[in-house]
Amino acid sequence: MAIRWGSYRTKGYYDELIRAAGKPRAAARGVCDTLRALSDRELEERRQAAELAIRVMGITFTVYSEEGGSIDRAWPFDIIPRVIPAGEWRRIEAGLIQRVRALNLFIDDLYHDQKIVRDRVFPAELLAGSKNFRAQCVGVDPPRGVWAHICGSDLIRDQDGTVYVLEDNLRVPSGVSYMLENRLVMKRVFPELFDTHAILPVDDYPSQLYDMLCSIAPHTGDKPEVVVLTPGIYNSAYFEHAYLAQQMGAELVEGRDLVVGDDDGVYMRTIEGLTRVDVIYRRVDDLFLDPAVFNSESTLGVPGLLRAWKAGKVALANAPGAGVADDKAVYAFVPKAIRYYLDEEPILPNVPTHLCMDDKEREYVLANLDKLVVKPANESGGYGMLIGPQASTKEREEFARLIKKDPRNYIAQPLVRLSTTPTVVGNHAEPRHVDLRPFILSGETTTVTTGGLTRVALRKGSTVVNSSQGGGSKDTWIVDEGAT
Amino acid sequence: MLSRVAENLYWMARYLERAENTARLVNVNGNLLLDLPPKVRPGWAPLIEITGSEALFRQHYPTADERSVVKFLLGDGANTGSILSSLGAARENARTVRDYMPREAWEQVNTLALHARSNLAAGLGHRRRYEYLRDIIQGVQQITGLLAGSMTHDEGYQFLRMGRNLERADMTIRIIDVRSANLLPEASDELTPFRNIQWMSVLKSLSAYQMYRRAMQVRVRRPDVLKFLFKERLFPRAVYHAVCEVEGCLRTLPRSEAAIARAVETKELVTGSRPEAMTQAQLHAFIDLLEQQLSQLHAAISAGYFLAAPAAAG
Repeated sequence: MAIRWGSYRTKGYYDELIRAAGKPRAAARGVCDTLRALSDRELEERRQAAELAIRVMGITFTVYSEEGGSIDRAWPFDIIPRVIPAGEWRRIEAGLIQRVRALNLFIDDLYHDQKIVRDRVFPAELLAGSKNFRAQCVGVDPPRGVWAHICGSDLIRDQDGTVYVLEDNLRVPSGVSYMLENRLVMKRVFPELFDTHAILPVDDYPSQLYDMLCSIAPHTGDKPEVVVLTPGIYNSAYFEHAYLAQQMGAELVEGRDLVVGDDDGVYMRTIEGLTRVDVIYRRVDDLFLDPAVFNSESTLGVPGLLRAWKAGKVALANAPGAGVADDKAVYAFVPKAIRYYLDEEPILPNVPTHLCMDDKEREYVLANLDKLVVKPANESGGYGMLIGPQASTKEREEFARLIKKDPRNYIAQPLVRLSTTPTVVGNHAEPRHVDLRPFILSGETTTVTTGGLTRVALRKGSTVVNSSQGGGSKDTWIVDEGAT
Repeated sequence: MLSRVAENLYWMARYLERAENTARLVNVNGNLLLDLPPKVRPGWAPLIEITGSEALFRQHYPTADERSVVKFLLGDGANTGSILSSLGAARENARTVRDYMPREAWEQVNTLALHARSNLAAGLGHRRRYEYLRDIIQGVQQITGLLAGSMTHDEGYQFLRMGRNLERADMTIRIIDVRSANLLPEASDELTPFRNIQWMSVLKSLSAYQMYRRAMQVRVRRPDVLKFLFKERLFPRAVYHAVCEVEGCLRTLPRSEAAIARAVETKELVTGSRPEAMTQAQLHAFIDLLEQQLSQLHAAISAGYFLAAPAAAG
């Protein structure tokens, strides 16, 4: 027997599957029993089957190499699923819907009357220092008042089992295609588990995305022309762009395929000439979207696109400027925003966050750098972080200098003892830290993916789950216990 | 359909076809050399000429011996026409248009490119080269079959077919050009039996030997082989057939008048010719002309469908 739960040590962390040595949680019992029954050889065979499926399906992400050029790598996948009971999931889902509703009201307010600033709930200087506030978007009314149509919120679980929101990705969140592909891989590798478990399906997502995009089309009537705008094949998430376009039956376009006409309409270059585009699911960052308004060097964008959007001739998802709420300093105010706009208590808590722009908080942060995690407000991908307890004195001094130089750009949080889940290492299972990224779609209605993408830090003891830095992923099962 | 996508499908098909043709060339040359007396063996240099890459080859290799030529044609990254480069380029093109093809087709292209790379050593050595090249040829044919059998025969498919057929026509005339020019000295009677072997090898590099026998029902002779490879309407690797295919594709596409005119010109050039009666010099001049004509046909397709449409609209 390869995996013996009796010798699996959770070491004081909350483990997603195992309660205590040898004791699987109720929802994970079937999975754990099946795994325990596998011999070394069978476990290895399943692992290889998954690897083969991934290679053959061409699931890759792109990493930039120093020698110029980029290479495709298969994203490491672990065959032990992460299991969440359906009852718990329903509460998380409600919390996410609540959060995104508030975020959209918040963004819309920031680009209109800024009531939340005038009511002194949100500090004006924080807004003034925002790198992602786009003055060009002030006064624009996107369809249905929605700015963040696709939100990827990162959830983590602390040692006592509490689920926190760690951040909200409102610019161009990625990862949903891996969620979908991981399920296909698992079905090929462990078909028997799907027979005996009520695992809620995830494959609705592309149709929900498509419906959401259609619901924000500028005109009603004919079937709207929806396209996915990608920066191109060298983007690290290109695989996902192509995948989603294919699943939705939408054109996958690059900036050079589009042109804005004198009538402010957006057109794509086709073999029949120019044809009209109604909705653009853009996976290009704000600043590269329109060289006529933002970065004039950008070759990824479409000159005049912002003009077309403001004229209401085309819908952009996410709307330009939605990233204003995708800022780790702004994040600290989301619970307040939920109370302010919805008059509700937040269902999902934030991780306690210290804003370095506040004098008192900064003092506390500087005095406790060895206990805290410091993050720049506007970076993603896990770059530019200080994990205090693991850092050297020199690194901490460097961060103290950075914080003093640009306090607005730094926040600090206590080190959350991220939950773990069993992961195959050699011929047995060891705990590895995980997070969870569900995706929330907002259009005519708001929907949440069933579960999301579980990212796992494959290096022992590491809490960095990003694919670019040694992370991998797992299939996430929402299991309806009542139905088994 | 997006212009860029049409272009990628077109090039994916061209690169796949190029990989297959190169595999055929190397395979048949190996067999041919074994059949000829050592003193008249043309060696491996003609393959470099066929692929039109003499200058590049000379930069990297001192002599055109078997080892160098095979390495250059199969696995040299500096040679954009090598099998690995072609499959890599096909894969890159396929990657950007994977939403246009059945998923299995992308998986096949991906698998084939990976397989060719990881088994390269087998292709470079002597003993397992045949199997390696056969895998490449079969791999490409499998993709072609898969696309024919499971991709909607829409506009995108027409671009695939055009790419494949133009590449095919191009390769067929290159093979004829080089292989006929390098034939044994005309005068030496003692070599007559081997002359047939060489023409057979031309046919075999195009998988045309059996089909030639069926269609022509004569022994392998220069005039008949030339007639067959240029003008046979029904053989898929004959120049005339390939051009007819391109014309047929164009007739299903919008805004195709200019390109159709080029295709018709090319067809007429072939039907109006008498390659069987040409001297070696005339044949060479005719092939030059035909190559130009094919590249103009490519340019017309490119101008009509791939290049940026006018910037102002509405």
